[in-house]
Amino acid sequence: MMGILEVKNVNKRFGGLQALGDVNLSVAENSVHAIIGPNGAGKSTLLNCLVGKLMPDTGSVLFDGQSVLGRTPHEINQMGISRVFQTPEIFGELTVLENMMIPCFAKRDGSFRMHAIGHMFDEAELVEKAEHMLESMNMAGKHHMHAAAMSRGDKRRLEIAMCLAQEPRLLLLDEPTAGMARADTNNTIDLLKQIKDERDITIAIIEHDMHVVFSLAERITVLAQGMPLVEDTPENIKGHPKVKEAYLGEAH
Amino acid sequence: MFGLDKKDATLLVIVAILTLCAPFLLNPFPSESALAQFNAGYPDLMQRFVIFGIFAIGFNILFGLTGYLSFGHAAFLGVGSYSAVWMFKLLSMNVIPAIILSVVVAGLFSLLIGFISLRRSGIYFSILTLAFAQMSFNLAYSVLTPITNGETGLQLTLNDPRILGQSATADGSIPVTSLFGLEMRSTYELVMGPWAFQFNAGYYLCAVIMVLAFYMSIRIFRSPFGLMLRAIKSNQTRMSYTGLNPKPYTLAAFVISGMYAGLAGGLMASMDPLAGAERMQWTASGEVVLMTILGGAGTLIGPVLGAGFIKYFENIFSKINDTVLHSWFSFMPDGLENLVVMLVYPFIGKGWHLTLGLMFMMVVIFLPGGLVEGGQRIRRLFRRKDDTPAAKTEPAE
Ligand SMILES: Nc1ncnc2c1ncn2[C@@H]1O[C@H](COP(=O)(O)OP(=O)(O)OP(=O)(O)O)[C@@H](O)[C@H]1O
Ligand SMILES: [Mg+2]
Repeated sequence: MMGILEVKNVNKRFGGLQALGDVNLSVAENSVHAIIGPNGAGKSTLLNCLVGKLMPDTGSVLFDGQSVLGRTPHEINQMGISRVFQTPEIFGELTVLENMMIPCFAKRDGSFRMHAIGHMFDEAELVEKAEHMLESMNMAGKHHMHAAAMSRGDKRRLEIAMCLAQEPRLLLLDEPTAGMARADTNNTIDLLKQIKDERDITIAIIEHDMHVVFSLAERITVLAQGMPLVEDTPENIKGHPKVKEAYLGEAH
Repeated sequence: MFGLDKKDATLLVIVAILTLCAPFLLNPFPSESALAQFNAGYPDLMQRFVIFGIFAIGFNILFGLTGYLSFGHAAFLGVGSYSAVWMFKLLSMNVIPAIILSVVVAGLFSLLIGFISLRRSGIYFSILTLAFAQMSFNLAYSVLTPITNGETGLQLTLNDPRILGQSATADGSIPVTSLFGLEMRSTYELVMGPWAFQFNAGYYLCAVIMVLAFYMSIRIFRSPFGLMLRAIKSNQTRMSYTGLNPKPYTLAAFVISGMYAGLAGGLMASMDPLAGAERMQWTASGEVVLMTILGGAGTLIGPVLGAGFIKYFENIFSKINDTVLHSWFSFMPDGLENLVVMLVYPFIGKGWHLTLGLMFMMVVIFLPGGLVEGGQRIRRLFRRKDDTPAAKTEPAE
């Protein structure tokens, strides 16, 4: 069966460094797929190739049967792929509610719409949606705070909320719990589980924290030095000798 | 009110009242008193206040919201002026068609320049706009002389066709600009005791248009479109990965601000029907940048304050000469008087740009948010005295 995301023979070189070597990856629709691997394995580079930030040297990337290569980031996003970055990318100078409004507009109006007369908060339906999202993220009461003034964990949650407001079909998460306290990490796990239960969504997650990986993932791909090492279920990955080898010397 | 929330509506009403009462407010000193030189209630100066206010309001829509710093906006102002004068030469002396044409032409011109310049961002964008403006300036002096009349500048003559008007008035002079017969230069002088206040038709036309332009800018700031422009300034990466295309948004902001500049240029020509290439020079582009930053880029009222501030002090400081200085310091012993005058002299008259430069540096260093930030700080000082639990985490503007 073909997955919603099909990555075939993707190669990417940075000068002499082979960041991705013949990566193949198939993510099944409505599954949670984790990509793990030591630092510098090429995990973020792989995501960059999926969302239009980088162009692979060779290979193909199909989302729902359509190639994403050669498209701009906003086109790929409008196809239904949202990405949470390793370091939170939010609109720091804007308030939290304004941050939330932007993906709501993007979802409804597409990549450009000249809408220069009405007041942004007169769009009752979208405001309600934005407020609802914030509430479900436990961020009610922070509506009018500048996003930059929030804690790192809150910024992450805001970014996830913004991505979810777009109702993507595929959500890519790059280390969503990095730098989070244990409690926040557990909240994030619960949140992602809840999202998964509530709607049809496919999640691909990069994560170093094995607790997160094993709580969420249905399948795991292990990358090492740009090569896919193994792909299997969490149970089988746990004791896999190759995986242990790749992580040798790592704290995990 | 008018689709604005209470705070914005209040601001709009205050601006409207201040501009309409400007002939009184700017002439606080009796006309014969020594302080009369600080008065600014003269028609041509007041016209400049509001026209440059419009220019800066428009510039702020681009620079304040998106963060794209254009160094070539004077080109659109210049184009607007030329268009308006051509309308006076060919059609009629009515200012309405002239102003409309100047906005349209400046809009088209900014569409072209914006389309090309916005292929780059940051400093390269600024350099591209500067290059285009300087190119326009040089072309106006050379190749385009048939349209711009080169160094002399484009003027009205007795031979102009003016198909809907008359080439010359009955007494053989060039007709003057008007709004359906109301001459722009007509001024009513109200004398009250030692005070004299001047009410000029041209000023009021410009003032009403500025209030409208200000109102439009508030609407844009608060609209979904304005939100997108602020998103561009804040984080373009997040914007693209949220499925939004920053290019058309930035281009739209560029064209809107170009049209504001064209409107300012058209009004300038409507007040005084001649247009010269020096209006397009890089110094003129730099001036609107200064006004916006000095007042507070990205704030609603900042650009208007900045424009008023610069134009006021330009006028006052450049009027002061050494005779005036000597009369001010005449109470001092002669030697000291000469020394003080010598020290102050470089900062006045033609040297007023030195003063402006210093003021600008002070603002950028101590008040990065411009005069608006200064005002906010003062307000906070007073508030803290009133009640100790000071207002916290309140977003700007
Ligand atoms: N734009 C780039 N230019 C040059 N080299 C790059 C670029 N992006 C990544 N690399 C290199 O490619 C390799 C893979 O990097 P990548 O960021 O994909 O690793 P990662 O698996 O995400 O690691 P981490 O777990 O630390 O986030 C690294 O050696 C990195 O230095
Ligand atoms: Mg990474």
